[in-house]
Amino acid sequence: MEAVNDALLVEMERDDNVMVMGEDVGRAGGVFRATAGLLDRFGPDRCVDTPLAEAGILGTAVGLAMAGWRPVCEMQYESFSYPCLDQLICHVGRYRWRTNGKMEFPITIRMPTGGGVKAPELHEDSPETYYVHTPGIKVAIPSTPADAKGLLAAAIRSPDPVVIMEPKVLYRSPREEVPDGEHLVPLGQARIAREGDDVTLIAYGGMVAVAEQAADELEASAEVVDVRTLKPLDEETLLASVAKTGRAVIVQEAPRVAGFGAEIAALLAEKAILDLRGPVLRVTGYDAPFPFWSIEDEHIPSAARVVEAAEKLLSF
Amino acid sequence: MAQVVPAEGDMRRVIGDGEAQPDGEVEGLTDQDLLELYRAMVLLRTYDERSVVYHRQGRIGTYAIFWGHEAMQAGSFHALDREDWIFPSYRESAIGLLRGMPPETVLAWWRGHPAGWWDPREYGVASIAVPIATHVPHAVGFAWGKKLRGENGCAIAYFGDGATSEGAFHEGANFAAVMRAPVVLFCNNNGWAISTPVSAQTRAATLAGKAAGYGMPGVRVDGGDVLAVFEATRAAVARARAGEGPTLIEAVTYRCAPHATADDPSAYIDAERVEAERANECLGRYERYLRRLGLLGDDLVESIGGEAKEAMRAGIAAAEALPEPDPDLVTRNAYAE
Repeated sequence: MEAVNDALLVEMERDDNVMVMGEDVGRAGGVFRATAGLLDRFGPDRCVDTPLAEAGILGTAVGLAMAGWRPVCEMQYESFSYPCLDQLICHVGRYRWRTNGKMEFPITIRMPTGGGVKAPELHEDSPETYYVHTPGIKVAIPSTPADAKGLLAAAIRSPDPVVIMEPKVLYRSPREEVPDGEHLVPLGQARIAREGDDVTLIAYGGMVAVAEQAADELEASAEVVDVRTLKPLDEETLLASVAKTGRAVIVQEAPRVAGFGAEIAALLAEKAILDLRGPVLRVTGYDAPFPFWSIEDEHIPSAARVVEAAEKLLSF
Repeated sequence: MAQVVPAEGDMRRVIGDGEAQPDGEVEGLTDQDLLELYRAMVLLRTYDERSVVYHRQGRIGTYAIFWGHEAMQAGSFHALDREDWIFPSYRESAIGLLRGMPPETVLAWWRGHPAGWWDPREYGVASIAVPIATHVPHAVGFAWGKKLRGENGCAIAYFGDGATSEGAFHEGANFAAVMRAPVVLFCNNNGWAISTPVSAQTRAATLAGKAAGYGMPGVRVDGGDVLAVFEATRAAVARARAGEGPTLIEAVTYRCAPHATADDPSAYIDAERVEAERANECLGRYERYLRRLGLLGDDLVESIGGEAKEAMRAGIAAAEALPEPDPDLVTRNAYAE
């Protein structure tokens, strides 16, 4: 969380046009403290407590961008972002195209995502597919504090609208070093989280740690690819890894049908079929609402489920 | 001395009927202004009537008719400065003409040609908003953003009576008031959202009355009276510029034309009412007013009408002469990088 806060601070210092807006981002500093201290530092014009209205936040951000601002909108929880899909689909992803590419809409939308934090209903969804499926929108999901900072900074500087989904489990992850000052992780570059030879575990966000734990538990040598940016997708890194291992297991917390894992599976079917030694497998959440938190661990893919899939594939 | 005649309940009205209802006037408008307003209305009327013909001839696609809305558009526009931005709905598709946008640009939009995708900065006119009310927050954000930057300029958003049922209208209006955004929310209440009468949209006595819930003033004017519309918008713009925040204007008229070229209102509309309203439509009312003032005669009517028709003839010719769009445009402008 300090990494996100630091990225906002650095980018707001760097560019006077960057402003932060959302519910409880000012006085409270954000319910997850992502915007703590920004109100004192930059004042109420650049760190704005808005009315409780997500479509209004994103809708006014479109107008703010037209007036020359680079708004960074916080959606308090991923599930609270659903009202803003109207603006996102109808305008944010289309306005540049609608002006023949003449106007830019450098809007960043930050939101926490995913489960694993034992919260009430509609606080633990994984809605990335809605965003990825919207033309004109880029989507990144960090899995480390350093990437949380670097991807957010890249999003704020991007001329295109970018959705940054921050896994809540990451907010509570052990501390690790984050580069000081300006730190950019370019959009569109995957990361090899762990090198291996026998099977590629493809994951993003909170599922990267699960894939790494599975890699620890597997007897075979597993490579873990952290997708990092879902759109634009770094096909090259994914294809190179699968060319090396010949096997792919995709791990996704979101519901299975038409989830982002299906997109990666289709990519591998189209471009890596001759490298594959077995079917592309997916380990995903279920096509059911995210459960009440007392049984949430049954829904979220576990390292054991990933190991099981990888072993099945290795013995195919 | 400025004089605004109260009429029909709480609706403001300036133009009389030449008989029992006396003519008023709006302070500060010169004879030149009055004729400029007439010219603007004639240009919009001509655009609209020619567009219906072009649609029937297969020269433009489905078209949203705005016949009878010219007083609302021209009157409110005349209260703006060049630095103010306009956020139109599809009902105000041609309002850019009043800022010098060539007719072929708007006609190209209705022809589905990318030459109609203008740069909003060029005219201070945002892109035509097709979904209902979702552009209201854009106008609010723009106005708020200008204020935050310490720059001049306010915004006006146009929407219909049906739009006031949408969440986007509510969120936009609420943000406008909370942020004291220099914006005018202009509702053209023509009584119908396609086939749904305003009585099925709301139990509120007036749409202007909704303003109270946001803590902003609401004004109700006769939308067929170009001078009343101008006067109300000028006051709203003055409030915005003075830092007093937004105003909701409800301009009331009656839709005398189909919603769009694809709509057949005979199934739902009151034909007798339409006939009565057409006899009292806004351009004719204003023309008679100017004639009573001695500012307008047959020659001027002829020449102003002729200029507008010529502009449209040149516009449709230019739109039809545009080169076929580059197929690369299908993907080219979705992303900057």
